[in-house]
Amino acid sequence: MLRILLLLAFLAGALPAAAQDAFIEALPGLAGAFGTQAEAVERLGAGGDPRALPVLRALSDGQLRKRDTLIILPNGTDAATGQPADAAGAETVRINNRVRAALRGALGRLQLVSANPDERLAAADSVFRSRSAENIAPLEAAIARESVPRVRERQELALAASRLVAPDAAVKRQGIATLGGASSEDARALLLEARATNPDLAAEVDAAVAAIDGRLAFKRAAETLFQGLSLGSVLLLAALGLAITFGVMGVINMAHGEFVMLGAYTTFMVQEALRGIPWLLPWSLPLSVPAAFLVAGLAGAVLERGLIRHLYGRPLETLLMTFGVGMILQQAVRLAFGAQNREVLSPAWMQGTLSLPGGILITQNRLWVIVFSLLVLALAFAAIRLTRFGLEMRAVVQNRRTAATMGIRTGRVDALTFAFGSGIAGMAGVALSQIDNVSPNLGTGYIIDSFMVVVFGGVGSLVGTLVGAMGLGVLNKIIEPWAGAVLAKVAVLVLIMLFIQRRPRGLFALKGRAADA
Amino acid sequence: MSDITAAPAPRGIPARLLIRGAVIAAIALLALLPVLNTLPAGSALRVSDFTVAVTGKWICYGVLALAIDLAWGYAGILSLGHGAFFALGGYAMGMHLMRLIGPRGVYGHPVLPDFMVFLGYKELPWYWLGFDHFPYAILMAMLVPGALAFLLGWLSFRSRITGVYFSIITQAMTYALMLAFFRNDMGFGGNNGFTDFKELLGVPLNTQGARAGLFYAALILLAGSLILCRHITSTKLGRVLVAVRDAESRVRFLGYSVTSFKLSVFTLSAVLAGLAGALYVPLVGIINPGEFAPGNSIEAVIWVAVGGRGTLVGAILGAFSVNALKTWLTSFAPDLWLFVLGSLFVAVTLFLPRGLAGLFRGRTK
Repeated sequence: MLRILLLLAFLAGALPAAAQDAFIEALPGLAGAFGTQAEAVERLGAGGDPRALPVLRALSDGQLRKRDTLIILPNGTDAATGQPADAAGAETVRINNRVRAALRGALGRLQLVSANPDERLAAADSVFRSRSAENIAPLEAAIARESVPRVRERQELALAASRLVAPDAAVKRQGIATLGGASSEDARALLLEARATNPDLAAEVDAAVAAIDGRLAFKRAAETLFQGLSLGSVLLLAALGLAITFGVMGVINMAHGEFVMLGAYTTFMVQEALRGIPWLLPWSLPLSVPAAFLVAGLAGAVLERGLIRHLYGRPLETLLMTFGVGMILQQAVRLAFGAQNREVLSPAWMQGTLSLPGGILITQNRLWVIVFSLLVLALAFAAIRLTRFGLEMRAVVQNRRTAATMGIRTGRVDALTFAFGSGIAGMAGVALSQIDNVSPNLGTGYIIDSFMVVVFGGVGSLVGTLVGAMGLGVLNKIIEPWAGAVLAKVAVLVLIMLFIQRRPRGLFALKGRAADA
Repeated sequence: MSDITAAPAPRGIPARLLIRGAVIAAIALLALLPVLNTLPAGSALRVSDFTVAVTGKWICYGVLALAIDLAWGYAGILSLGHGAFFALGGYAMGMHLMRLIGPRGVYGHPVLPDFMVFLGYKELPWYWLGFDHFPYAILMAMLVPGALAFLLGWLSFRSRITGVYFSIITQAMTYALMLAFFRNDMGFGGNNGFTDFKELLGVPLNTQGARAGLFYAALILLAGSLILCRHITSTKLGRVLVAVRDAESRVRFLGYSVTSFKLSVFTLSAVLAGLAGALYVPLVGIINPGEFAPGNSIEAVIWVAVGGRGTLVGAILGAFSVNALKTWLTSFAPDLWLFVLGSLFVAVTLFLPRGLAGLFRGRTK
């Protein structure tokens, strides 16, 4: 406390004598009638004296006391001298709405020169809203001193808003021009208001509003695109494994969604296992990726070797059988972990939002999911194109018998391929644990959408899956604002059905003999 | 897959006659249930209200199974969306029942059902007009599922979308309908659906007489559907359908219009499912969007698989036995039911591809 007082005293000494006098002179006015109070508040605000800030704050909070013309701060010191004051018989200073209005403007102006950038930012915003021509001078002074760009940006907007209500038309034009460079709904509303009161400036205002509208439309489009890509990346993750098991092997696995769910629960288990090792806990998510791949991949290999291989060539039976397997997996997880959602934490480096120029906001975890989905796609692509396993897999898909005569163990390749596709589903589960509820029926919500992506993109084509997933994601988000989330989904399903009419084999159809297999 | 003509049974009695006799005996036994329900409470032969209601429900499921079997077992069209046709038929009947409540609702509005008053509707939406007439409601219970199946089938079969692709599209269809019916502003009661029905054809629904009437109506529908399907599958149409199932391209190259055969059988199948749903709703007293859940449709498919697809009686047998198992098991070990159902899917596809009917047939051979 003493240190603050010393600082205040030092600041007071550094100020020009005239300002000091203005502060001391204005202070007793606060003890007067409401009219006098309001006048005093205005004067304190205009003076720009740092000592006025605690006084006005105390007044605004109802903590200021007075005895005759002596003003006492909440800490029991005399506001004028900074010396401890005798508080006996002091009463709280009361204010009315007129004084409160004056206080808002005065506090805003005083905070403009605060030492804390966040406070200056808030002050700029409050001045922006209060809009008074009297703010012009303090704002200009504050801008001249300001060193933090983001604060300066808001102060300039506030200045423009204040200029809008200035009596001089030239000053108004300046304000309109600055506001036209902003990209916020607030600025747009201010301009429209100014247009109503200044018919002579209509042309300038309209041009500025049009400029804002253009930028707002761009911002909306960019945000829709991001949301669409985000949804698309989720679809891509869920559909990639399917593109391999269904698209490449032709095995229809209705338990695919449950493999995704297994991946999400693996993430939860890894997190719980690492609770005892605090320094490793933030890395539980990256560690979950290989773990989920192994768990889901193993489950896939067991399913393929144990059951599915007996049903090759009978796709409808495979569909029903795997649906039953999915049901059993779901119920087993429900009994083991309970039906309620499990919480998987996000590491700190995935939280928060990223703000791009133009006011576009991007949530970090969604961005990570997009990056992750592209990484997984690259991994799948590399595994199929560049490895020995991928070569054998493609050989078996093209011609099983010839591949077998060349010495490829087709049964082993089948099992590995299915395990690979299932493992990718497990990795999708890691990502989904960040943006969806980890519950036993996590996978069921994605299975139909994933099949749609694979069918739409073209069975057997990873590029098709990428384009299909992103296309459907963006399309969904474009339709959503008009129709709502549910009808957008329905509309997309109908569009896919109509699309398959034109191209029954999807966007990226395989050509040649493989297509008829 | 050539087991469409039944193998001759030993000692010269044709198997077909044996089956026919068994079916008639079973239907006669079922018909006795509502009569036994009227016996005095102490009687040893008395059947409870619950048994009548549950059996009535199973009979509706039997019709649904028959409809699926006609499309899947004979024409090879595996629909994972027949629950949607069933539910649409149910909603048509539900709308009629809602209109019959009249001013007896909680809000006492003379025309609008309670949920519409609650949601602030001023007048009946246009698609509700006419549902105060019973024949119109029955017509819609057949027409709406039929038209949807026709449209979907026409779009799909025309561009030769077959097998699992068609299955997935039908599943997406029922999923989309479920999402849509969950919405309040569709005018179908949102996620609460319709319930609190009062009467049908002037008879209050919670009486023994109404239950018996609905039970017999369902039984007549089942018998009628069985005869119709029997007729279809034993004529030339049925043979073409089986040929389409087993070798679609060959049938096409022989000059048959595969598309119109598939389309007509799929549409007929949807109409049957719609009728089954229309009788189901007054029996159970509620219809909500949960009926559209993809899981329901696929469960109905497993009835057919368990009973034996490609045999009409097998489908009905499957619907009865799986549902009997479900009713029995969910009452004392609800956690186990999904394991059992899942294992049924696996076991039937792996070890019993011809279902219970195949088991029976294998033994008599």
